Amino acid sequence: MRRFYAILIAAALVYMLISFISTVPSYGKADLKERVSDAFLSKSVNAQNAKAWLEGKAIHRQPAKEIYGKKVKEEGSANVVTSIVVNYRSFDTLGEVTVLFTAALGVSLILGGSRRKQYGREANFVLKTSTGILVPLIIMFGAYIFVHGHLTPGGGFPGGTIIAMASLLLYLSDEKFFLSKASTGALEGSMGGTYVIIGLLGLAIGGYFLYNFLPNGVVGNLVSAGIVPLVYVAIGLKVGAELSGLVTDLHSEKEG
Amino acid sequence: MMNYLIILAGAMMIIAAVFAVEAKKILDAVIAMSVVSLVSVFLFIAMRAPDVAITEASVGAGLVTAVFLVSLFKMKGGDEQ
Repeated sequence: MRRFYAILIAAALVYMLISFISTVPSYGKADLKERVSDAFLSKSVNAQNAKAWLEGKAIHRQPAKEIYGKKVKEEGSANVVTSIVVNYRSFDTLGEVTVLFTAALGVSLILGGSRRKQYGREANFVLKTSTGILVPLIIMFGAYIFVHGHLTPGGGFPGGTIIAMASLLLYLSDEKFFLSKASTGALEGSMGGTYVIIGLLGLAIGGYFLYNFLPNGVVGNLVSAGIVPLVYVAIGLKVGAELSGLVTDLHSEKEG
Repeated sequence: MMNYLIILAGAMMIIAAVFAVEAKKILDAVIAMSVVSLVSVFLFIAMRAPDVAITEASVGAGLVTAVFLVSLFKMKGGDEQ
């Protein structure tokens, strides 16, 4: 009976995965006019019949702006969420990074140690072999997510978390693997410092903290949106090092 | 079709959440919580919020579950079943 329920739940999950993914429009084919956010982005919410819009009835709308390949004056990132999170509200993101740092510091103070905890059991052969294949791919995928944070969904935080999952896989598969505190701490500290230095450069050049002082470029290019890719690379490496350090703390023990 | 799928996903989330509260073993509760996160990822995709879906998939379904499991095995003194 238990197996029957397990098969039922697994089948429901797979069915939902396939059916939900198939509703996503294919790359570059998204109809921006269908998006609710389009009305907000064109900043013409008040011009429309708000009541009919909320009820989901068809209403007259402006044609969606074609932004790819154009130079947008204000912010150059193709992903709208990124332009809010790292451009308009970048100071909030700095605070968020600080919150994550404080949480990791607390875990490190309580659980941290200088030695790898030995469980005294050998990892499965399948796990060991597949780890060797999967870890480079996972790290590459995480790096892709934070490097392309201004073009596609994603960004520094999920990219860093995916990199930390790679280090978790290494910890699970190898009893001797141990990341030294010096390496993760150095990467984390230097990248956090880079974020603040970029902000201070904006203060020096543009007059505001975290001012976007680089040229915006063409929307859709990898090098565009000014400081946003730099900030996202810094955040991605910082979060990746931080959460790898957290996983290290969970797998370590104190001397003696 | 889409409404039916969303109702199915919401029902699975509620069932998994109730199971997470009522489960006898903590391990089952942790697995049920990760199921809640996983199904909410599908809901975020259906609501066209891919940024939130990616973050929820990596943090909610991945790292939080891993941290819970590791700390659960640490509490038991390292012996797992």
